[in-house]
Amino acid sequence: MPSFLRKLRWPDILILAVLAGGIGYVVVMVEGTLNYQWRWHLIPDYILRWREDRGEWFANLLLQGLFTTIRISLYAGVLALALGVVLGIARCATNLTVRLLARTYMELLRNIPPVVIIFIFFFFLSQQLIDALDLNAWARDIARGDNAEVWEFFFGDMRRFPSLVSGVIVLALFESAFVGEIVRAGLQSVPNGQREAARAIGMGPIQEMRYVVLPQAMRKVTPPMANQFISLIKDSSIISLISVQDLTYKTVELVASTRLIFEAWITTAALYFVLCFGLSMLFRRLERPSRRS
Amino acid sequence: MTQQPVIIAQDISKRFNDFQALDRVSLTVDPGERVVICGPSGSGKSTLIRCFNGLETHDDGKLTVDGREMSEGSPHIRQLRQDVGMVFQQFNLFPHLTVLENLMIGPRKVRGLSRHKAEELARTYLDRVHIPEQADKKPEQLSGGQQQRVAIARALCMEPRVMLFDEPTSALDPEMIGEVLDVMVDLAQSGMTMVVVTHEMGFARKVADRMVFMEAGRIVEIAPPEKFFSNPETRRAQRFLNQILGH
Repeated sequence: MPSFLRKLRWPDILILAVLAGGIGYVVVMVEGTLNYQWRWHLIPDYILRWREDRGEWFANLLLQGLFTTIRISLYAGVLALALGVVLGIARCATNLTVRLLARTYMELLRNIPPVVIIFIFFFFLSQQLIDALDLNAWARDIARGDNAEVWEFFFGDMRRFPSLVSGVIVLALFESAFVGEIVRAGLQSVPNGQREAARAIGMGPIQEMRYVVLPQAMRKVTPPMANQFISLIKDSSIISLISVQDLTYKTVELVASTRLIFEAWITTAALYFVLCFGLSMLFRRLERPSRRS
Repeated sequence: MTQQPVIIAQDISKRFNDFQALDRVSLTVDPGERVVICGPSGSGKSTLIRCFNGLETHDDGKLTVDGREMSEGSPHIRQLRQDVGMVFQQFNLFPHLTVLENLMIGPRKVRGLSRHKAEELARTYLDRVHIPEQADKKPEQLSGGQQQRVAIARALCMEPRVMLFDEPTSALDPEMIGEVLDVMVDLAQSGMTMVVVTHEMGFARKVADRMVFMEAGRIVEIAPPEKFFSNPETRRAQRFLNQILGH
């Protein structure tokens, strides 16, 4: 008997039994009342599909969506980090106007539901930006050009590039408020003596921030920052509402065309879980060696 | 030798809300002079030397350091700080940098020296504080005494004209005080201008040209050490000396 089983006492067994009963009940209800036809065997094809005509594997809806989600999260994460560092620094600035502006931005974003923010950013900001930069025409040219494959590796289908850009911008603007708050906490955790020591060797405010305060702050906030990145991946599902073809969007599409409601959503949930939990385990492992007492 | 004094404080005052930290303090420090400031805690000694490199700004009076007048938002304050070394009670080494990087960052980023030059300089001063072998360690791996010696070397790397010490041994375990004081005695013998806030009276007796005794934000007595220790003028200085030397 494995050791964890031996550690179980009767209340544990009772709790587990009740839980198993509950799950069993739900399953029976789904089976009985919904009269649902499970068609799990169809799902793998929507992840990876063998194409007879070309004799190669290709990523179908769900995997395409997952790739888009990963790309968007990565770019939005980098952008949010940059914006968040600026916000965090501004939040601690000596200048009152700068401080209030940063504070206003962060408080607004943190106290409005993400969906609302994302619609506002999308219609007011990214649409205008994309029109102004004429990104549509530019991306179309690339899609027809010679290097299309390289671009597609980084940005997916180039015809959908403008939507990817607005997804990234919207998500980054939203997450930057949280990153900013983390950076602020990090900056404030650096003891004042460090700033004084920097000033005492003649550093100006920018050098003091760049060489002394910021590196220490960022080191301290790596764990919450990693968590925030995982949140970002989860939050990225919201941008399916502005037609960015991420995993959630593709799942909606799949469900609409095949009625594989339960199978598709459970698969999507599993994909998100594996991605986020995997990252969280990875971050935990990376953190460990640096944690010296 | 009639050189201009390095520090001229004329009637400088400083308030923190209701607390009068400095009350019309006047003090002159000549080049090559070693001044030790002592006094009970809260007497304003730290505030005074923090004014000397602009970490605090005085509210009233006139303060000239290295020929430059210090005032609120003084434009040459950064220039001045490069020429005034400061050693803190809590060392304040940069924990994310190695010992060598701690010493090099000032010369490189502030003075604009090349990496090579800065490293040469850093190694020279690390030798001078007797810990060349710790160059690649992080500050947290060093003992308190070693950390404070690195902090002294870091200040020296800027090749300052005057060194300020703010209770450099107060945060140290007793067995490490000696090694730090030795370095400071060396420094004094090399002719460095020093202003030291400390309670180490043995050190003061050995190196000080003048003792400054402060209480309640004022300078109560200034005297050469022989006189200060054997026959202080004021009752308050006498009482203070009895307290710290009495047992």
